[in-house]
Amino acid sequence: MKLLDRLLHRQEPPSGEIARERLRLVLAHDRANISPGLLEVLKDEIIAVISRHVPIDPEGVQVTYTEGARVNRLVADIPLRTERRARR
Amino acid sequence: MSARVVTITSGKGGVGKTTVTANLGVALAMRGQRVVTIDADIGLRNLDVMLGLENRIVYDLVDVVEGRCRLRQALVRDKRLQELYLLPAAQTRDKSALRAEDMVRVCDELRESFDFLLVDSPAGIEQGFRNAVAPADEVLIVTNPEVAAVRDADRVIGLIEAEGKGPARLIINRLKPELVRRGDMLDTEAVLELLAIDLIGIIPEDETVIVAANTGRPVAFTDNSPAGRAFHQIARRLMGEEVPFAPLKEPGLLERLFRWMRSEGEEQR
Repeated sequence: MKLLDRLLHRQEPPSGEIARERLRLVLAHDRANISPGLLEVLKDEIIAVISRHVPIDPEGVQVTYTEGARVNRLVADIPLRTERRARR
Repeated sequence: MSARVVTITSGKGGVGKTTVTANLGVALAMRGQRVVTIDADIGLRNLDVMLGLENRIVYDLVDVVEGRCRLRQALVRDKRLQELYLLPAAQTRDKSALRAEDMVRVCDELRESFDFLLVDSPAGIEQGFRNAVAPADEVLIVTNPEVAAVRDADRVIGLIEAEGKGPARLIINRLKPELVRRGDMLDTEAVLELLAIDLIGIIPEDETVIVAANTGRPVAFTDNSPAGRAFHQIARRLMGEEVPFAPLKEPGLLERLFRWMRSEGEEQR
């Protein structure tokens, strides 16, 4: 199985790389004082507010915190639920 | 002539603050600097045993602050070097026995007679840490290349900047080049990028540090160990010298053979 993974380049990144990625997130949250728990709360409230006006897909909503060079931002990705119009 | 007060801190415990303080004290004193190492970890003192001076303590920092002795009486001189002293912490008190003003006053009194005052901070970010940072002209942060230590270092870096004591410089301790090469340890670049801070030294993992702690003779006394050499490089940088960061490499086959022959030879003696 491991060999197959390796052949298909599916193996996990080395643990040092995982450590770096985890730290990137943890430090971003620590510095902004925005915990992953707070993000969940924000997400739930955003879903509640928006879905009062527009039909959205609550499962697909993502609220993330990103650190940029000049400004840090909260990004909300909210997929709308639109009725697919039958083509043809 | 006025000493520079350099505080060594980390946030997380067990990353090597006391080892670093003891070795930088030795390395600086070997380079002709007049040094006092100050143990600010009240109640959990260890700098004395790292330096092998535990049997020579009469008074401590809290005795000085509470007026039971003069400052000079509490300084323990390291007889192995010209000008290396220890100001020990109290062992039977707690951090509340000391205030930030006390540390500032004690350091100010020592400044005129020495070149470097090295303050060994306790772990954590409470009063003991604040006491240790209060007198600092400069702060060195010790971390290990691992998630928990880097995270705590980041927190401490923020606090030091808020106190107006920044920018702190970083010591990465216990780096294992072999693990880094394999990809199983954070490398120096990753740590520096994450913490956005300047580096002052990298100390490789080195078994001689354990031996040194056992015997109370810090590795910096000789330069025949990788860690000892690393401490001397940091001491030179503290003294303002430009010392290039040599890439840490694994010993090659020849070097390993050499070392092995040398250790065999020692055993036969």
